[in-house]
Amino acid sequence: MQNDPFARAVLTRRIFGATLVGGAAMALVPGAARALDVDSARALIDKAIGDVNNVINSGKAEAAMFGDFEKIFVKYADVPVIARSALGVAARQASDGQMKAYTKAFQGYISRKYGRRFREFIGGKIEVTDARPVKTYFEVISVAHLQGESPFDLRWHVSNKSGRDLFFNIIIEGVNMLASERTEIGAMLDKRGGDIDALIGDLNSI
Amino acid sequence: MFFSIRAQGIRSVPVLAPALALSLSACAAPPASGVNDPYENVNRSFHGFNVAVDKALVRPTSTAYGTILPDPVERGIANFANNLDTPSDIVNGALQGRPDAVGQNMLRFGLNSTFGILGLFDFASAIGVPARKTDFGETLHVWGVGEGAYQELPLLGPSTERDTAGTIVDVFLNPVSAVLPSPESYYASAAKVGSKLGDRNRFKDTVDSVLYDSADSYAQARLLYLQNRRFELGQGAGADAAAANDETFLDPYEDDPYAE
Repeated sequence: MQNDPFARAVLTRRIFGATLVGGAAMALVPGAARALDVDSARALIDKAIGDVNNVINSGKAEAAMFGDFEKIFVKYADVPVIARSALGVAARQASDGQMKAYTKAFQGYISRKYGRRFREFIGGKIEVTDARPVKTYFEVISVAHLQGESPFDLRWHVSNKSGRDLFFNIIIEGVNMLASERTEIGAMLDKRGGDIDALIGDLNSI
Repeated sequence: MFFSIRAQGIRSVPVLAPALALSLSACAAPPASGVNDPYENVNRSFHGFNVAVDKALVRPTSTAYGTILPDPVERGIANFANNLDTPSDIVNGALQGRPDAVGQNMLRFGLNSTFGILGLFDFASAIGVPARKTDFGETLHVWGVGEGAYQELPLLGPSTERDTAGTIVDVFLNPVSAVLPSPESYYASAAKVGSKLGDRNRFKDTVDSVLYDSADSYAQARLLYLQNRRFELGQGAGADAAAANDETFLDPYEDDPYAE
C-alpha cells in the first residue's frame, strides 16, 4: 500500500545494518530502525483489516473461518499481553506452564467469540481515517460501514513494546476490548474459585 | 474489522415501559472514570429482574417482531418513532447551546415530516443530513452536572443518576406528547416500542452474548454502558483526553509486560 516505501526503507536499513556491521550493532541504533510511528501503526491496521476482509469474503464456512481469524489475531495482535492483562492480578500467581496454556486457550476463545460476529461484516467495509500518538502508543482511528447501519467508530491501539508493531486493544464506540475481557475473565475465574486450570479448560470449550 | 460489539444493543435491551422507553440515554460532565456503583446490590436485583423479563417477554417478542414484519416496514416504524423524537432533540440542542445541531435537526424534521411522509422515510439522511440525537441527560452533562452513581433501572436498564434524571425530564418535556391528542399519542408510543423491539432484534447476537453468555452479565452491561455513554458525550465536547485518562483504558504495558 502507500506505506510500502516506508517498510522497504526500514528493511533496507536493516539489511544494510546487518550485513555491514553485524546483528549486534542493531541494538546501538534502535530508534532509527524500530521506531513505531503513525504511518507504520496505520499500515499495520490497514493490513490487518485487509486480511480480515479476505477471510470474510472467502465464502468459507464459519467454523473454518475461526482458524483463519486466530492466525490473523496472532499475527497482528500482542496476544500474550492481551491475555495477561485480561487475567489481571491472577497472572502473577500463575506458573509459566499455566500462562502458556492459558494464553493459547484465550487466543482460541477470542477468535471464536469475535469471529461469530464477523457475519455482520459481510458486505461492509472498514476504513482507516486517522492515526495519532497517545501517551506511549498509537491510536489508529477507523470507521466501520456495515450494511443497513449508521457508520461507527472503531479504534486500534498499537504498540511496539513487544519488539514488533502489534495492536493490543480495540475500542468500539468507546467500549474497549481489554476492559471487557478483564471483566469477563475475572468473573469466570471467580466462579471457579480462582482455579486457573479450570478456567483454561473452560476457555477451550467455549 | 473485528468485533462488532455495538453497545447500542445494550441500550435497546430495556424495551417495555411504553412511554418511558423512549430516550434512554446517559451522560457525564467533568470526565468521569472508573465505576461508581454504591447501589450494586439493588442494581443487581433489578438486573436479575430485567434479564428474566427479557428472556420471558422481550426477546421472544422482538424475535417475532423481526420475523413477521418485512424489513421496510420495520424501518418505517423506526423512522417514524425517530422523527417524533426530533423536536425533543431540537429543544435539548438549544438548551445545550448547539445552534448547528438545532438547525440540522430542524431541517431534518421539516424534510422527513413532508418528503419523508410523516417521518416514515428518513429522507434527510438519504440526502446527507444525518440525525444529531441527544437527550436531557446530555444537557445536564453540558451544564456541568456530574455523572452520579451507576443505576440499573427496572425495565429501562443501565443508567446513571444523571441519566435517570434526564430520562424523566425528557418524558415530561417532550413537545410531541404535549401537542399530540390522545389516539395519535398512542400510535407514537406504539411506534417507540416497536422501534425498541426492532433494535433488540437487530442487535440480537450482541445483546444475547452480553446477557446470556457472559460470566457476569451485570458487570459486563455496566461496563459497556458507562464506556459507550462517556464516549458519546465526549464527542460533543472534545473529551478525547478524558477517554485517555479513564481508568478503564488500561495500558497493559505499564504493568509487567516485557520487563523480564
